[in-house]
Amino acid sequence: MIDLLGPLFLLLMVVCALAALNAKDLLSAVTIFGAFSFFSAVYFVVQDAPDVAFTEAAVGAVITTVFFVCAIQRTSEDDQ
Amino acid sequence: MRSTFGSPVLDAAARLLAPFMWLFAAYVVIHGHESPGGGFQAGVIVAASIILLRLVRGRLAASVLTSRDALTLACLGPLLYGGIGIASFFFGGNFLDYGVFPFPMEPSEVRAMGTLGIEIGVAVGVAGVLVLIFDALARWEDGTL
Repeated sequence: MIDLLGPLFLLLMVVCALAALNAKDLLSAVTIFGAFSFFSAVYFVVQDAPDVAFTEAAVGAVITTVFFVCAIQRTSEDDQ
Repeated sequence: MRSTFGSPVLDAAARLLAPFMWLFAAYVVIHGHESPGGGFQAGVIVAASIILLRLVRGRLAASVLTSRDALTLACLGPLLYGGIGIASFFFGGNFLDYGVFPFPMEPSEVRAMGTLGIEIGVAVGVAGVLVLIFDALARWEDGTL
């Protein structure tokens, strides 16, 4: 059972990546990309790399998402 | 992003979360030797708490850390790192050879103290730089996004 956790989270990462690629607008793509980062952080925990998982959860899931949202905001401002 | 979110729930959650995020960052940087974590992660957590306050509280949180303060922090971190590295010259060691500091402790504890100083420098620098990146991206000026 515990052996299946790694493949499960890998599968969820693939699903999130495909969903982010097929998302209608950029904001939802960024949100799904945050979920992708979260699943990859959990996958790192399963693979006994808590230090990498910590960094991924802090940088990938929080800071990167905020920066992407800010970037989307600025580019859509300039379009108008 | 001309106005803040301003919901009372978000407001209360952000105000409640921010001090605990700072506490957790202090734990991460102090326990960086023997558990996951370290200066970089602690700096990211501090930056995340400040960005959370900026997003939710807006103008009301402008005094938490201004852009100029963030710039000062971003310069202070590398200064602390390099200062500890260069300070070991004065006690006859190499760069960052902080085992030579004349603290009244065991040699291993002196090394741990030196590493802690380095980690605090990294945390301060990373927090300042990440907040500065957010400010530059969101055009943060005096609490208006």
